[in-house]
Amino acid sequence: MTTNVDIKSEYKPEGLEGQGFFATSLDKAVGLARANSLWPLPFATSCCGIEFMATMASHYDLSRFGMERLSFSPRQADLLMVMGTISKKMAPILRQVYEQMAEPKWVLSMGACASSGGIFDTYSVLQGIDRIIPVDVYIPGCPPRPEQVLDGIMKIQELAKNEGRSRRTSPEYKAMLAKYGLE
Amino acid sequence: MHHEIHPSASPATVELHNQIKDALIQSFENDITGSQIDYDFPVFSVAKSRIHDVLEFLKNHNEFEFTFLTTMCGVHYPDNAGQEFALVYQLHNMQKNWRVRIKTFMATNDLNVPTATDLWLGANWMEREAFDFYGFRFTGHPDLRRILNMDEMNYHPLRKEYALEDAGRDDKQDKYFGR
Amino acid sequence: MKGTSGNIGQTFATASQVTDQKDYSILNLGPTHPATHGIFQNILTMDGEIIVKAEPTIGYIHRAFEKLAERRPYNQITPITDRLNYCSSPINNMGWHMTVEKLIGCEVPKRAQYLRVIIMELSRIADHIVCDTVIAVDTGAMTGFLYLFQWREKIYEIFEEICGARLTTNIGRIGGMERDFNEKAWNRIHAFLKEFPKALSEFDKLVTRNRIFMDRTINCGAISAENALAYSFTGPNLRAAGVDYDVRVMSPYSSYEDFDFIIPVGTNGDTYDRYMVRMEEMWQSMRIIEQAIKNMPDGQYHAEVPEFYLPPKEDVYSKMEALIYQFKIVMGETDVPKGEVYHAVEGGNGELGYYLISDGGRTPYRLHMRRPCFIYYQAYSSMIEGGMLSDAILTMSSMNAIAGELDA
Repeated sequence: MTTNVDIKSEYKPEGLEGQGFFATSLDKAVGLARANSLWPLPFATSCCGIEFMATMASHYDLSRFGMERLSFSPRQADLLMVMGTISKKMAPILRQVYEQMAEPKWVLSMGACASSGGIFDTYSVLQGIDRIIPVDVYIPGCPPRPEQVLDGIMKIQELAKNEGRSRRTSPEYKAMLAKYGLE
Repeated sequence: MHHEIHPSASPATVELHNQIKDALIQSFENDITGSQIDYDFPVFSVAKSRIHDVLEFLKNHNEFEFTFLTTMCGVHYPDNAGQEFALVYQLHNMQKNWRVRIKTFMATNDLNVPTATDLWLGANWMEREAFDFYGFRFTGHPDLRRILNMDEMNYHPLRKEYALEDAGRDDKQDKYFGR
Repeated sequence: MKGTSGNIGQTFATASQVTDQKDYSILNLGPTHPATHGIFQNILTMDGEIIVKAEPTIGYIHRAFEKLAERRPYNQITPITDRLNYCSSPINNMGWHMTVEKLIGCEVPKRAQYLRVIIMELSRIADHIVCDTVIAVDTGAMTGFLYLFQWREKIYEIFEEICGARLTTNIGRIGGMERDFNEKAWNRIHAFLKEFPKALSEFDKLVTRNRIFMDRTINCGAISAENALAYSFTGPNLRAAGVDYDVRVMSPYSSYEDFDFIIPVGTNGDTYDRYMVRMEEMWQSMRIIEQAIKNMPDGQYHAEVPEFYLPPKEDVYSKMEALIYQFKIVMGETDVPKGEVYHAVEGGNGELGYYLISDGGRTPYRLHMRRPCFIYYQAYSSMIEGGMLSDAILTMSSMNAIAGELDA
């Protein structure tokens, strides 16, 4: 015995719907797929990494957002989550990891240390990862609560959904990459 | 010789301090340049030339047996002419729970100190850290290079003349940060 | 004389060539690695699966705590100490507060000491949960991690109730605690004590006598007691090697002498022993917490040190003296006696010591932190040489090397 229930999907993009088919633009379909199956690269260095472990664990489950599979290889990752203090010794490694990722890629800077150096205004700490790589979303906090992390991830999902297929080849994007010295 | 006893020192600590002092003076005479009790630690200052011998003496002594090196660090006193740098060793006798602090002072232009890695394997990285932060040169160390800072760094950051912040920082204006 | 910190360039250490006839391969167990739980680099010279030589590089998260402490007044150093062993921040905080209390000669009331003991033991349980579940994850057993991390959330909720923060707690004050535990906090603690034993025994049953786990971890990364003492090991790693050194018993602080608990000691110093020592320590910590709750004395939750302990807000707004103290404490202008003091607490990883040199100024003249991780990680290369790569991973996670404490 089945009942017909009209399920309102908030995630359904605009399109033409009928019996057994749904037509929308390719951008929106691809965006939907991308946003809900991001493969994050947890670049965890310090305390924020432990809060990320708590976010990944069962209480604040991260896999609800499609991020069940963490990728530690940059070649297979979409989202670079930089969690924790990046020192100047670590900076070239972070840059190399970012360069190894394939487009489209997003960067999430979690915590005060990754966003701006945090409480460590010292000679050995890089004052914010946006000095060396472009960042999409910043999550402030020291460490941010898991709810804040999930909020940041949802913002990344919004960015991924509304990306458009030609953003990465546009001149503005290339100009931004040139500013960082990446090509 | 400078001799001070902190008011909170227990009688057992005073007794231990006196015993060690007597033994050290008997073996090293004038190379022991100072002794005091800071809170609950007997503290002895030793001339740099005999520091390794004193540490070995304390480690192998059949009664004191300070066989555990708790920690070791450097201190910079830029105002003490001729004795700008200090090296502080803290030793521990676990069986009897005795602790002692050994210090040695040296001038800026002569930072060569014999290594303690032949006595304690754990001194290896502690000495590398002291070298990284202050510039002590441990003669006989198997692998003396920077440990926590970048290898290209060309100064020793924990010395008092260097600022905490990076010198090349250009975006944070000091006047808004109370500096 | 100012210097720059050098160019940002390649900092990978080059592995020294092992002069032998065989053809070795070089593997970079790089700074970012899922299994290293922290950023440590090891350049391994390998003969097939066996590690011939290991060269560790650390310092990838050096944040200059010791230099930073020379800039900050005494009450502002507590947030830095949080970030040492961030899995058990309250222990670091309390250790720092006790160091300053030793310097100023402050006697903390019994109630505050017992409250501190409860907090420290809860954070020790949290730290050991991380370490033990991560050892299991590295052998492939993910389930224990997911189930037991839920209990870390419960501990976080207790911390939140008392100080407002989950992980980097900045808990307690110089002179005692910032507030007494309220009704909700006590309820949470009681609920935790009632329910956690069941979860821990579940994990125990899953992992401890599991044949695969035992095969993986027994005789993996062993270290003898003499070597451990020569490398200045302390904490669970030393106790696993057979030496029963625990700062809580040897130099009791904060009323630990009132409590009855045993120190678990291993025999081989291998990964299995380190795992078991931590497991047993969690049970002992719960015993201590129960005793502390049962014998909780009445009294003040902080000492009378108006120079260091913030006065109550209603006094600040009505009395002149309190206003002046509030101003002086917040601006860090309190007078501190001159002197040198060393105080050690039993952290999650061993003897966490603070060597404080005060010259009477508003900030310490020198603060050296004796970080147990930094000291025992030296032995890592000698522990893995001759073993296989997978054993090296397990040895690393069983030693509980926390990057924040290593590099400070």
